[in-house]
Amino acid sequence: MLRFIVRRLIQVVPTLLLLSVLLFAWLRSLPGGPAAALLGDKATPEKIAELNTVLGLDQPIPLQYLRFLGRAITGDFGNSLITGERVTTEIARALPATIELSIAALLIAVLLGIPLGYVAARYRGRPLDTATVIGTLVGVAVPVFFLGYLLKQWFAVDLGWFPPSGRQAVDIDATHVTGFAVLDGLITREFDASWDALIHLVLPAIALATIPLAVIVRITRASVLDVMGSDFVRTANSKGLAPSTVRERHVLRNALLPVSTTIGLQTGLLLAGAVLTEKVFVWGGLGTLLAQAIERRDYPRLQAVVLLGALVYVLVNLLVDLSYAIIDPRVRVR
Amino acid sequence: MSPLLEVEDLKVAFTRRGEPDSVAVDGVGFDVQPGEIVGLVGESGCGKSVTSLAIMRLLPERGNRVTGSIRMDGDDLLALSDSAMRERRGKDLSMIFQDPLSSLNPVISVGLQVTEVLTRHRGMKKDAARREAADLLDRVGIPDPRRRLDSYPHQLSGGMRQRALIAIALACTPRLLIADEPTTALDVTIQAQILDLLKQLVAETGTALVMITHDLGVVAGLCDRVNVLYGGRIVERAERHELFRTPRHPYTHGLLGSIPRLDGPPGEELAAIRGSVNDNLPWTDACAFAPRCPRKLDACTAGTPPVTENGRLLRCINPVEAS
Amino acid sequence: MTTPRGSLQPRPSTLLKRKKTRIDDLGGRSLTADALVRLRRNPVAIVGAVIIGLFVLISIFAPLIAPHDAGAVFPELQRTLRPDSIPGSMPGFPLGSDQNGRDFFSRLILASRQTLIVGVLATLIGLVFGVVIGALAGAFGGWVDTVLMRVTDVLLSIPSLLLAISIAALAARPSQTTVIIAVALVNVPIFARLLRGAMLAQRDSDHVLAATSLGVKRSAIVVRHMLPNALGPVIVQATLTLATSILDAAALSFLGLGDGDPARAEWGLMLANAQAYLDVRPALAFYPAVAIILVALGFTLLGEAMREAIDPKGRR
Repeated sequence: MLRFIVRRLIQVVPTLLLLSVLLFAWLRSLPGGPAAALLGDKATPEKIAELNTVLGLDQPIPLQYLRFLGRAITGDFGNSLITGERVTTEIARALPATIELSIAALLIAVLLGIPLGYVAARYRGRPLDTATVIGTLVGVAVPVFFLGYLLKQWFAVDLGWFPPSGRQAVDIDATHVTGFAVLDGLITREFDASWDALIHLVLPAIALATIPLAVIVRITRASVLDVMGSDFVRTANSKGLAPSTVRERHVLRNALLPVSTTIGLQTGLLLAGAVLTEKVFVWGGLGTLLAQAIERRDYPRLQAVVLLGALVYVLVNLLVDLSYAIIDPRVRVR
Repeated sequence: MSPLLEVEDLKVAFTRRGEPDSVAVDGVGFDVQPGEIVGLVGESGCGKSVTSLAIMRLLPERGNRVTGSIRMDGDDLLALSDSAMRERRGKDLSMIFQDPLSSLNPVISVGLQVTEVLTRHRGMKKDAARREAADLLDRVGIPDPRRRLDSYPHQLSGGMRQRALIAIALACTPRLLIADEPTTALDVTIQAQILDLLKQLVAETGTALVMITHDLGVVAGLCDRVNVLYGGRIVERAERHELFRTPRHPYTHGLLGSIPRLDGPPGEELAAIRGSVNDNLPWTDACAFAPRCPRKLDACTAGTPPVTENGRLLRCINPVEAS
Repeated sequence: MTTPRGSLQPRPSTLLKRKKTRIDDLGGRSLTADALVRLRRNPVAIVGAVIIGLFVLISIFAPLIAPHDAGAVFPELQRTLRPDSIPGSMPGFPLGSDQNGRDFFSRLILASRQTLIVGVLATLIGLVFGVVIGALAGAFGGWVDTVLMRVTDVLLSIPSLLLAISIAALAARPSQTTVIIAVALVNVPIFARLLRGAMLAQRDSDHVLAATSLGVKRSAIVVRHMLPNALGPVIVQATLTLATSILDAAALSFLGLGDGDPARAEWGLMLANAQAYLDVRPALAFYPAVAIILVALGFTLLGEAMREAIDPKGRR
């Protein structure tokens, strides 16, 4: 078992290395060259030449790559062209916001998606199932940012049920502990702050959850249908077991295997969705950072966030692989 | 002695929206005495598996229509409620299937798959159930049974898996066991072992066995009485020795004749039943076997052949002579 | 023995004709014809095909349907613009004005062309490069395969939107072309992986072995024997990719990576630019959004139906 984990970990390394190479190549290809990219508006020929020497751009490429790698590992991505702050500091500050949003979206997608997928499969062909399938198809076809704006327009502006943007109302004075607004409120017993953070979460989380929800429902439904027709479920039924036993121990335990892989995949994709959602709701997390970086050509920030996004995706996939080994006994044999 | 199981005029039709019904079982009737071993023989597609699933009420909820009656202890199984039927399954009647690997849940231990029947029908608590399960695995010939309880299906060989399934099926000493081609997916050497095991166990427990197979060799060594199915109906039924000595229905005769014999003269051509199952006629209009029958008469395609019963059932107007 | 039943003597030939049709006994129809039959019966496929058909028709005849040019600014419309209101339908302008005084209806219709072009180009370019890479990897195997697939894997390990953003950011001055290329490059690894999988699956198959043993040249085997079998999944994926390409392109425009030119008519761009006017005139965002959703849905429905149709095992 341990060998399996170690082996999988080792397999990730070449991927990460290759990723860093690609990133390096990308950085060098940015308009004007890396120096110009890093200097932004303040670039003048002298400054570029200066920075070139500092960055070691006059040195052989392999060496440059190693220096880049070194800086990347130590987390030195330079300063943002917009704020002048260290990029890593900005990211660290924005991270909890995005994580909170992602967790909320994931919870919605999973807690709603799996039961819905199961019920659709169970009552296959009936109206609920048909409606669900259509719903999932539409859900994937709707542009996330449009949905975000719709929700904002209807529920925040028109109906006023939810705040239209931000993580917390301006007049609430919340103490920051972990950076997770809802959690912080609970820890410091400022329950009104917690509640306020919660209602701010609702609309963006729904918008972000739409696509993962649609995908999870679909995969769950397909998987359950597949398992329900299998021989061992027939055996379970032939034993006269209670329907709940058959459902939990035999159908679900097998059907949820591919679903867990999907959940992992979708988690990795959440950052991408967050970019769009956070722009709409001015959330102030990584997505907002990224959106600004794109708009204003802030390359230092851009490269850091993209790398982070890729890293998260790779690591999440790794975790999913490993968890598969825990839940599916057949995998451990190798 | 009153029969344990009485199947009467069982019909199973598969329905699909916009398409005509496809009748898989077309009026099958037979009975099983307590402790008896009854064979259901036929080629693939003749309806034998569907019959067994119908008896256990394991056919899918939708997409099929079942008529007729299946009486066990005076109750019509087809008329029972779902929960009443669930009470019986596993306890009064149980079934083993063809492919032992796919018939076991791959992600839970073998032991759990045995104990769950014990917990459900005999109300046993965990420790007692585990002990009983180990005992059952031992009785079916699985070595080191206590350790095997925690094994997963993929860690067992094909033969051991089938033994485990037999143990599961007999855990609550049902009065009827249905075995649907239990040895088809196994190696030939294992086949004999499993059949011997079945024979021994049902004799010990007094369980009646319905053996479904396409292999006449299996039937010859095991069954007391044999039903031969063709096209969804029983065309011949006889006591084992009589059937093999004097097969009367041309289909049975053809089946037996097609088995290659070691003691036949060298150079002898293998006798096959010409045509295929696709050449069937519907029973309602004629004898389904007529297009392939070497003894066909004009009358055979004129209408449904009647059934005669004098000690053995025969659905033919021109049977092979009883020598 | 009872006598055979009555005087009704059906002719044997009629009886023998009434055979049971078995699902796998479709007697010699080619696989494509097979799939088409299944497709035609599938209501989902029909809905998808109808939507797409309409879309293509509209884009072909767009200049004839649209009364005005996409970029033309009309003073009579401009005059009616207020900070808090943009006029709806007016004589000569069926859907009124957009935020800059252009004819909304015409822009909407003409945009179908642009959107179709974006989707098709992004998919086609991705397909061509992806298929070539995948075919090379699958056909040669060995280190060629390893290298190509490692790179593909890494590209696939970056969420597609981030990848598209990164590529688009490489351009000094982003434009429509940038968006198309970015989305196309995101599509390449998907097709590459698909083709490689299809090739690998066939490498050890009997028909390839047979051809090799007959002395057929390797290039001929790849092109004439292996590629055609990979065609099915590629077509399915291409259809689905058309949907995602349109959506990704819209997202890139939204983020400001397109050229943002308000004169150009393209649904994603129109949607992006209309966000600011949602409370003034929501229709400006609604119509392009619904158009995108419908088209994406149409391609998705058709693609999924096709996937089911070419799967010979026909798992419903």
